[in-house]
Amino acid sequence: MQDLGISVLFRGINFQRLLLGLWVTLRIALITIGISAVLGLLFGLAMMSRSRAARAVCRIWLEIIRFMPQLVLLYLVYFGFARLFGWNLDGETSAVLVFSFWGTAEMGDLFRGALTSIPRHQRESAAALGLTRAQINRYILLPQTVRRLVPQAINLSTRIIKTTALVKMINVTEVLKVGQQIIGQFYREPSAAFWVYATVFLLYFLICWPISLLAGRLEILWEGNHH
Amino acid sequence: MEPILRVKDIHKSFDGTGVLKGVSLEIHEGEVVVIIGPSGCGKSTLLRCINGLERIDRGEILLRDRRISGLEKDMHLVRQKIGMVFQSYDLFPHMKVMDNLLLGPTKALKRSREETEAEAMQMLSRVGLADKAQALPRTLSGGQKQRVALVRAMLMHPELLLLDEITAALDPEMVSEVLNVVIDLAEEGMTMAIVTHEMRFAEAVADRVLFMEDGVIAEEGGPEEFFREPRTERARQFLQSFTYASARKKEKADSGNPGSGKIR
Repeated sequence: MQDLGISVLFRGINFQRLLLGLWVTLRIALITIGISAVLGLLFGLAMMSRSRAARAVCRIWLEIIRFMPQLVLLYLVYFGFARLFGWNLDGETSAVLVFSFWGTAEMGDLFRGALTSIPRHQRESAAALGLTRAQINRYILLPQTVRRLVPQAINLSTRIIKTTALVKMINVTEVLKVGQQIIGQFYREPSAAFWVYATVFLLYFLICWPISLLAGRLEILWEGNHH
Repeated sequence: MEPILRVKDIHKSFDGTGVLKGVSLEIHEGEVVVIIGPSGCGKSTLLRCINGLERIDRGEILLRDRRISGLEKDMHLVRQKIGMVFQSYDLFPHMKVMDNLLLGPTKALKRSREETEAEAMQMLSRVGLADKAQALPRTLSGGQKQRVALVRAMLMHPELLLLDEITAALDPEMVSEVLNVVIDLAEEGMTMAIVTHEMRFAEAVADRVLFMEDGVIAEEGGPEEFFREPRTERARQFLQSFTYASARKKEKADSGNPGSGKIR
């Protein structure tokens, strides 16, 4: 029966459907990562700003995303906002909104951590060479921050990709949802579930693994540059 | 002769604790002033104030008769004339040795890259590191890093060089390779203010010694007199803390000397 199970994948346009679902997954993840990267830098700067109010807002924001399950946030935005404010957000928009809310705070915290981990004497040695503040940022602080930040930001990106699986709960037809639909249609093949889920797993793996490898490579490449 | 640097009665406190309590000094062209004293006496803070890394609360600092304390915007122009090397290995870890050396001259002073590179190579070979030009700092030993840091400061052609305990973080066997470079610079007439705990080096390199204690200059003098016969009791005690077993022999040998008679 196992032969029949695996054949489900290649029946009709099933495999294309899975790939199309994967594209939805990636689209949500990529937009989220893009927004988080840009807003995250601003968030990080706000965390370090002199304004106590800005720092307090960031703190609260960060605590919310740390303690609130993403799924609850998704429901809150998708179902809650629709009722409360009459916003009729589609699932994908809600997902991008929630994940960016999360990604921005996490990225900001990583950015702040990377920047503040640069020893004070790096800035002072650069200042002692008569460089201006802008030159110190450009030649000394920014390159070292990027080297610390990028591997961690890549890891965050893989977490975002994985977390998009939740959006099937708000009726977005991404790769996991497509998989379930296929399994539903072929309920006569008991082993179809295994093969479909295994394929979904493989697809996630094929996306996240190279990204993770890249992060590892970069870490090794830049290793020791922190000391 | 007009002094290069004039420090007039500067005060500095951190969180209400006075660290500098009225320090005045002058440094003349070609002079090497060594500042010694116990930890926390304010000697490092003095250097940091001269270079504007700390803001002074009171007093005034003049570089060639131009006031440099309290500058907001143009401090980087002053720092182009005052070099400084720190205790921590402060090379930029993401840049090769040569790029570390070229950054200040090409970006701050806008000098031509080729010209500076030639000069940098020449200075690197003088400190025995010509083969390290393309190396990353992490592959260098502590002593090598500090020699590169000295070259980096010197490539700015500073009028005054501040050295803040540059061998304090080094393994003992690497101290002399760094200090020999400093002694060479002194012989070439470089004007320097040096904070150090290496007393024999201080004695060898100094034109003048300042002994600081508790935020003020407690004693000042030529190296000969200061190290042989310090005038203040506190300086005597401080110097004695650097002599161990040899103090005994010295006591016998110098027994006729009234200055050392009080050391026990």
